[in-house]
Formats: sequence, structure tokens, C-alpha cells
Amino acid sequence: MTRQPHAAPLNDWANGTRVTAPIADFAAKALVAAELEVRKLRHDPIQLFTRAVQPVLWLTIFGQVFTQVRGIPTGGLSYMDFMTPGILAQSVLFMSIFTGLLVIWEKDLGILHKLMVSPAPKSALVLGKAIGAGVRCLSQLLIVYIVAALLGVGLSWRPLDILGVATVVMLGAALFSTFSLIVACWAQTHERVMGVGQLMMMPLFFASNAIYPIDIMPGWLQVVSRLNPLTYMVDALRNLMLVEPAGSYSLGLSMSILIGVSALLIAFCGRLYPRLVR
Amino acid sequence: MAIIAIQDLTKRFGPKSASRPAVDGFSLTVEPGEIFGLLGPNGAGKSTLIKMLTTLLPATSGQATIAGCDIGRQPMGVQRRIGYVPQALSVDGTLTGYENLLILAKLYGVPRRQRLDRIGAVLQYVGLESVAHRLVNTYSGGMIRRLEMAQATLHRPPVLFLDEPTVGLDPVARKAMWDLILQLRHDYGTTVFLTTHFMEEADVLCDRIAMLYHGQQVAIGTPAALKATVPHPETTPGASPETTMDDVFIHYTRNALTTETEGGYRDTSTTRRTAKRLG
Repeated sequence: MTRQPHAAPLNDWANGTRVTAPIADFAAKALVAAELEVRKLRHDPIQLFTRAVQPVLWLTIFGQVFTQVRGIPTGGLSYMDFMTPGILAQSVLFMSIFTGLLVIWEKDLGILHKLMVSPAPKSALVLGKAIGAGVRCLSQLLIVYIVAALLGVGLSWRPLDILGVATVVMLGAALFSTFSLIVACWAQTHERVMGVGQLMMMPLFFASNAIYPIDIMPGWLQVVSRLNPLTYMVDALRNLMLVEPAGSYSLGLSMSILIGVSALLIAFCGRLYPRLVR
Repeated sequence: MAIIAIQDLTKRFGPKSASRPAVDGFSLTVEPGEIFGLLGPNGAGKSTLIKMLTTLLPATSGQATIAGCDIGRQPMGVQRRIGYVPQALSVDGTLTGYENLLILAKLYGVPRRQRLDRIGAVLQYVGLESVAHRLVNTYSGGMIRRLEMAQATLHRPPVLFLDEPTVGLDPVARKAMWDLILQLRHDYGTTVFLTTHFMEEADVLCDRIAMLYHGQQVAIGTPAALKATVPHPETTPGASPETTMDDVFIHYTRNALTTETEGGYRDTSTTRRTAKRLG
């Protein structure tokens, strides 16, 4: 160990307290927290593709079979075209709904304590995690596009549309991963986060427009589906992914709902977050 | 002026009637540049106290200021002025040592121009520059602890909180940690507030020591002064003729073994895991 000269002024936090704009500071800290997640992924990128099996199975087996049945009214759309955005949304949901497990893991190790004593807004740490989940889910976008293209789905290849799809995927991932983080703040253990995740993922998936239109559902389920954020994610994807936009709501409405709900959840989770280390 | 001033700090889990407080009316002042040790049996409230001082846990009543910032009203101010090495792991094993430091430097808002210099300097200070770009899960226990120290001092905090800094380390690594702590005080005048179960560590390292028992401070003073308060243990055959910190500890926490401690299982599991990872 070499002794360091007193070159830099000691305790430079004291002089020139940088009073940056709080919003800029918030964004900067959130990006650092996201960078942390991305750097972790970079050291272990294999994990991105271990979850690829599920969407591939849904598209190749379920999709192929139900295309033959023609039992589901999808307007002018082939069933494959109809369900592909739904399957992308599904794999984003299934991947992000267990984000809470990661944070419980970090809490048990102690890494989380370190982040919690840093002078970063807690909701910025949450947003960072949410962005990290979004980046993770972009791998699902890649997989679904490859399989869908091979199966002849009428995908739109306009760069702007693909960018839009990526944005929706990030938003959906942020929304459901934050939901999972909130569960983690209450539940505190792996088992309970896992349990709640399992409990939520199927109802969220089936009570949505992912693999059948809302119109053919019984009345009560239609209500549930319209309250389900996944519905708006799927709808936004239907507007962006396909050659002929097939959403039932406007893109603006779906995006606003996704952004609004995510923001609310992140703010709420920021308040709960310190519970994890108490 | 005291750099740490604690007044009647109390933490109670659950309703007022249900249980005795985990920390009960704790008061203390620590002077700048002091190395202060907090001792006490498992479940005495040491971790609860450190969590309150590091803003992780809100106090039930009482107050404390650290480097002039109130822990309740100015948590961000406190966070900027302290470094904290928790007992459990605080570096990410799936990142390199350098990356761990880089992320923390950014979170603490170390200016971009200074970042690389600071990280380089702090890596050299703890003797890890040659392994900076290796994943942390390939590090030994002593290296991990030194990286954690580097991380906690990156923003040059005037106060450093160390929760059992040498648990699970071998004697060589432990000695290296002691040297590092003394070096920090010597070079930067850092005030160090630590908890430990190693009486030798408290004796060698600390200027003053407080004994915590059932959430209350039962003794405070320099190691020498505390030893003087304890009657000489003549009854034990074969014991060393001089009073040791062990005797002091046993004297003030005599009933420790017979009392039930809250959260014992969780504490033990954390300690064991920490010891295992560092071992």
C-alpha cells in the first residue's frame, strides 16, 4: 500500500456543493443505476437467451395450430399476425415479473445497502432497475422477430416502427418489473416474490388481448382486460409491429397509459424501496 | 466540534408496549480523527445503531448529526459525508473491481474529470491496481474487503462506518485492514466508527470504546480506562496476569449468554455467510 500525497483537497464535498437541477440529477443517477445492470449483463450475456424457448414454442406450436383452426375472429388479420405482438408482450411480461427476485438476492448479499446509502434518489435506483429490465427484454424482441419472420408474419421493417416496438418493450418491461419490485418491498423473501409472480403472470396474460380479441370475452372479463396494462402494451405493439397497423386504440392512448402507470409505480416503489434494507 | 453527535437516539421495532427498544436512549460524541469502537454481544443493537447513523433506518426518537448534518432531516447530506462498509457484501461479484468503483463514483457525483484519477489512486491505496480488471468473484476475502474500503472512501468522506470490518478474515488480511484504517486516519484525518467482536482489534485500533448491552450504553472510555474499571480476574487459573479487553467485555455483558436475542437466526446466518464468503 502506497501512501498518497495530500494532493486533492480533502472532503471536497464541502466546497462548491454542486446544486444541479434535481431532474437532471435524477436522470443522471437513474442512468448510472441502469449502467450497473447493463454492465452485469455484458459479463454474462448468455442469460439473455436462456428464456428464448417460451416465445419460440408459443409461436411455432400454439400459433401454427390455431392458424389452422380459424376459430378466433381477428378481422382481416391472419392469426399468426394477430398473436405475434401478443407473444412478444407475453415474454416481456414473463421475464420482468420476476425482477423482484434479483433485488431480494442483492438485499440478501448486502449489495443493496451500499446503493441505499449513496446520495441518489431511491426512485432513480428503481428507474435504473426498470431500464435494466427493459434492456434485458430487448433480447426477446430479437428472438420474436427472427422466429416471426421465418414463419412469414407480415412484420413492418421500417426503422421507425422497430424503434417504436423497442420503446414499447422497454416501457412494458419497466412497468412489470417495477410492479415486481414493489412486491419485493412488501414480501421480502424469494419464495413470496416467486409466488406472487406465478400468481400474477397467467391472469395478466389471459385477461388481456394478447392471444384473442377483447370483443369475444364475457362482459366481466372485458372489464378486467381493459384495466390490464398488458392490453395496452399489446395494442401498441399491434400498431407498430405489423405491416398493417391493427390496434384497437390509438398509439398515443396506449403509450400514455404505459408511461403514466410506469411513472406512478416507479414513484411509489421509490418510497417503499428503503424497506428492503431495514 | 464533535463530528458525530448522538443524543438520546432510540429505535423501537413494533408498538411501544410490545418490546424493549433495540437501541435505548443512546448518546455519544465522537471527535474528528477519532477511531471509535462499538462493542457488545450479538443482538445488543450495534447494527441497528449503525443503520440509523447511516440513514438506512429511521430513528424512533432522539437525534444525531454527522459532520453537521441531521440524520433525519438531511439524509442526503449525511450520505455525501459518510463512507459505509456493511458487514455483508457490498461489492458486486459479477463486475470487475474497477467497474464497482466506477459505478459508485458516478452515483456519488465525483466529477467526470477526476473520476479516473480518483479510482486509480484509491486502487493503488488499497493495493488492488493489478487486479482491477478482474471479476470480483475471483478475489480473495481480504481483497474484497480492501475493495469495499476503496469504494467507501472514493468520495473522500470525513466519517467512515465499518460494521465488523474484519469478520471472516485470516490474521494477515486482518492486520492489513488494521493498517489501512490507521493509514486513512493518518493521511486524511478520517473519523472511523466501527463495530467488532474481536477484543484485540478494539484494543489495538480504537481510541475509545463504548459497550452496548440491551440497547444501552453500559461503559465508555479508552481501552486502558475500561480495563482499569474491571476487577482483576485472579480467580481464573492460568489467565494472563493483565486485564484484557476480553475481561472487560465479559464484565459488562455477563448475562449475554443467558438472554434471548432478537433476530438471532438472521444475524447468525448473515455473519456465517459473510465469514464463508471472505474465508
